[in-house]
Amino acid sequence: MEAKTGVYICSGCGIKDSCNVEAIAKMVEDELDVELCKVDPLVCGDECVAGIKADIEAAGLDHVVIAGCSGRYFSDRFKFGDNVLIDRVALREFVAWTSDPQADIDDIEEVIQEQAEDYLRMSAARMKYSEAPVPMDVEETSRDIMVVGAGVAGLNAALAAADAGYKVTLVEKEAELGGWSRKFKTVIPQAAPYREPQAPPHTELVKAVNDHELIKVLTSSTVTRTSGQPGQFDVTIQNGSGEEKLRIGAIVQATGWLPYDPTRLADKYGYGRLPNVITNVMMEEMAAAGRIARPSDGAAPKAVAIIHCAGSRDREFLPYCSAVCCRVAMKQALYIREQMPDTDVYLLYKDIRSPGVFEQFYARVQDEEGIYLTKGEVVEVVEDGNGGVSVTLDDTLLGENITVQADMLVLATGMVPTTLVETDETDGAETEEKPAEESPGDGDEKSRAAGAETGANILALTYRQGTDLPTLKYGFPDSHFICFPYETRRTGIYAAGAVRAPMDMGMARNDGLGAALKAIQAVEAFPLGRALHPRSGDISFPEFFLQRCTQCKRCTEECPFGSLDEDDKGTPEPNLLRCRRCGICMGACPERIISFKDYSPNMISQMIKVISMPEEDDERPRYLVFMCENDALPAFDIAAWHRHKISPWVRIIPVRCIGSVNTVFIADALNGGFDGILLLGCKRGDDYQCHFVRGSELANTRMENVQEKLLQLSLEEERVQIHEVELSDWDRIPEIINDFVEEINDIGPNPFKDF
Amino acid sequence: MNTDLLVIGGGIAGITAAVEAAETGREVVLVEKQHQLGGRVLQMHKYFPKLCPPVCGLEINFRRIRQNPKIKVLTGAKPTSIEGVPGDLTAIIHVEPSYVKADFTSGKGVENDCPVEIADRFNFGMNRTKAFRLPHELAYPYRYVIDEESAHDPAMKQFIESSGIEGVDLDMQPEDVEVKAKAVIWATGWEPYDANKLDHLAYGRLPNVVTNMEMERIAAVNGPTKGKILRPSDQQPITRAAFVQCAGSRDENHLPYCSAVCCMASLKQSRYIREQYPDAEIHIFFIDARTPGRWEDFYQEVQDDEKTVIHRGKVARIEEAGNGMVTLTAENTLTGKLEQVSVDMAILATGMVPTVAVDAPPIKINVDEFGFIQNNGTSVVVGAGVATGPKDVASTNEEATGAVVRALQMMTGK
Repeated sequence: MEAKTGVYICSGCGIKDSCNVEAIAKMVEDELDVELCKVDPLVCGDECVAGIKADIEAAGLDHVVIAGCSGRYFSDRFKFGDNVLIDRVALREFVAWTSDPQADIDDIEEVIQEQAEDYLRMSAARMKYSEAPVPMDVEETSRDIMVVGAGVAGLNAALAAADAGYKVTLVEKEAELGGWSRKFKTVIPQAAPYREPQAPPHTELVKAVNDHELIKVLTSSTVTRTSGQPGQFDVTIQNGSGEEKLRIGAIVQATGWLPYDPTRLADKYGYGRLPNVITNVMMEEMAAAGRIARPSDGAAPKAVAIIHCAGSRDREFLPYCSAVCCRVAMKQALYIREQMPDTDVYLLYKDIRSPGVFEQFYARVQDEEGIYLTKGEVVEVVEDGNGGVSVTLDDTLLGENITVQADMLVLATGMVPTTLVETDETDGAETEEKPAEESPGDGDEKSRAAGAETGANILALTYRQGTDLPTLKYGFPDSHFICFPYETRRTGIYAAGAVRAPMDMGMARNDGLGAALKAIQAVEAFPLGRALHPRSGDISFPEFFLQRCTQCKRCTEECPFGSLDEDDKGTPEPNLLRCRRCGICMGACPERIISFKDYSPNMISQMIKVISMPEEDDERPRYLVFMCENDALPAFDIAAWHRHKISPWVRIIPVRCIGSVNTVFIADALNGGFDGILLLGCKRGDDYQCHFVRGSELANTRMENVQEKLLQLSLEEERVQIHEVELSDWDRIPEIINDFVEEINDIGPNPFKDF
Repeated sequence: MNTDLLVIGGGIAGITAAVEAAETGREVVLVEKQHQLGGRVLQMHKYFPKLCPPVCGLEINFRRIRQNPKIKVLTGAKPTSIEGVPGDLTAIIHVEPSYVKADFTSGKGVENDCPVEIADRFNFGMNRTKAFRLPHELAYPYRYVIDEESAHDPAMKQFIESSGIEGVDLDMQPEDVEVKAKAVIWATGWEPYDANKLDHLAYGRLPNVVTNMEMERIAAVNGPTKGKILRPSDQQPITRAAFVQCAGSRDENHLPYCSAVCCMASLKQSRYIREQYPDAEIHIFFIDARTPGRWEDFYQEVQDDEKTVIHRGKVARIEEAGNGMVTLTAENTLTGKLEQVSVDMAILATGMVPTVAVDAPPIKINVDEFGFIQNNGTSVVVGAGVATGPKDVASTNEEATGAVVRALQMMTGK
């Protein structure tokens, strides 16, 4: 069906001072395939908006172009229903506020006019080759939530979801619910006045979970297979009585932590080497059982030392801090004092970490007699002759060592996430997975997500990219952990508790609640075909024209979210409910067979094609900028608001993610005569800011390949560049663009220009 | 108006709670006392440990708000009363005028000629700003405002009349809006501890002693020096700087508790300086370095920097050293020896005071001795973010998401 497009050009906000708006309108009417074109001094005003609505009604418009301010502004005013596709042409930001009529360029007014008119041409092409998305057909989905792991995080998640009215299946591998809480005598204080250890929280939680009519509890059970997609996960659970198959909507993974392996600490801290060296977990078990005694002879110790960072904060062992060990050590010091009021306790620490209001607990422990705090790095742990332990601390500032004698030594070892996969080649601190090396089209091996290749196999996903959640360094699930901590790279699966980051039980409780909310959102959004984070509410989805697929597997390898599986031949099998709608698969596909209704390779190629292309002799170069709409584009809007100027030779195409830029677009642009192409995307690497995690990384690899090809064609590789920008880079963006233009201007025009 | 959830406080906790609730299908009214959302995080230059800009996360959230009709945002607004029980609460929200109508558009930038200037509170008064302005480049709502104190300034009136700006109404009146809600999330965040109380650290007396929040603004591209870190007294470059940890924190005379973020904040700020001045020397005075979890990696990286010196000890005093320099004196907690360092700039890592403690809510909320909300089911409201205890942005977002579940339970009476 032919698009019926109405174009509304705003002359306000300085637009009419930068270009001839009436002439643009005339060009639109004369040259472009549109139903109508109107100019208004305030398109965002009530009057004009009402007029647009009337036109939609009267002329049957299904596409509306608003040429005025950036689409980030006043979007609430331009809402015309799901059937009308809207394009916002940022004449204000791309032209009016950033063009410089004083620039030292011949016929500058004409050049700016050309720029403004090109944006209208590009918009008309966009409209012609796209249509309003309609939600995907979603077959029946489940609103049930599965929580894996019944520690404090999992129990809270299960209860929260059930209390909100959702059916929950709680899967626990042990015979009883409660996780670590069940094994602890007390937990560190969580409520005011934060001074005394509290009863472990699981007792009430377990009762509430067992009594809840919406929670089904499966103990001694493990997940052996998870296939499908959010809303439609098919989960197989194995337990003593056999197998159980469930249809699940969303998953909370709250599988917690394991103690750092103390046998690695034999040399440095004496574990396994000396009989009276135990871990904090063993101390907890002893205390919970009722009697603290030294292992060698069962005697009550007269002096106990506790090393706070036994293996933690140590690049040789566990480089990070486990966040709770200091407070656990202090709590255990109180156990010792309670049972044996005459026993001295030495707390040997690097830094006391009792953050926030938990400083109150530290203050209380300092008030306790018989507890001595000593700061220093442990040099060695040896037997002292009487079955006791002698710990030597290095004090570099004093220039001498201190020795502490004790009958028993407790090692406060750290927490390791259950998602950590240890590989054969490495051990100890080196166990963290290397970041995934996902180079496009570079074979299967490199493209597997970190931690997923062998997999901790907790959820046993049947995903093409691996069995588990992709992980960060140290094995914690990968996420935008500052802003959106629960979002993993597997849609509909949310990590909670100590599997996600080392944390205490108070935080684990909050985490369980938060992850439960995310799971609830998922089961509500997916039946409607709506995306969640980060393109919340988006109903568009990729369509695959598989008849032309060459089974190159790039899409299935590169999707950061593991959306695509493969059949035996390597043809992609889309799982649309896993999709985040970034378009990275669209950018990956060399055959251009992946399209969204409102975002497609053809649409972008057509937009490139309609841009005016002066001949070489005219000395009017053309540069194309693909700009990430998440960070670069808002930064550009702000640069424009500051009235920073950019070269009038530039044409900007906003993209969903720089990873959705297909190398075909680059070829199109170079063949079409563009002198240079610039990609502006988010930061990549370990501290990535890419909203779709891998998009900017993948784009970078693709552009490196393009640059190689350019060299083979005897073209300058500088003609195609990718730059990282942050949202706060609004002062830098014009500079980056202008420097690029200048650099290529110096090189000279694209030799393909007049072909 | 009727809604499911009322969220008080439009910082990152309130925004997160509002967006997460709305995306779960609930109607939300989000109330913020400033004329824009973003709260404290909007004042931050970068987040630790990724050194990424907070506006990035805010922009995603603003986009989610823009496209979600279930969220109503009231800015310049504060609750004056809240009554009722969970499931049936009535709040009166007092909305201050912004004096600029919603359909005012920026035009040719005439507002830039506004002759009335005021101290820029967003930058802690370190510079002056137009009284008629967009509150921030990324402001949500995208709306110009005129400050209360300037709206009645005759010079403003004359400017508006003579410049022919449309869309301004200097006679705009405050209004009270009644909101009926089923649950309330209280996310009013924190105020920086008043550094003027730290007499021994010379804040307010020596211009080159600044607070950590001031440092965020000094480093920010839209700060008083456009992001260039300079010595405040004479705008000279930095050769040496010192961070004073626990400035008033973990101190019975000031804030007995630890604010949980200041160690990482200072380590982060040391990077701001080192990035601008590759030769500058940094001194950090810790009692304990508190960089929990994976944040430890960041501390390790800073320790690897040969220009950064870690001192063990609490700074006892700061004095003028001549030539604009200031001298810090600290007792080393290990050796007991006195250490002295003279620097161009001393940054005080001051702590967080819960807003609830300084601006009493119009409803009884169960708090601890410091004013942090206790989420133990004894209050009509659910606390979220720093309102419940000092924490960083990541923990705030975790808790704010979880607070929505607690609120859902209140809505259904469980």
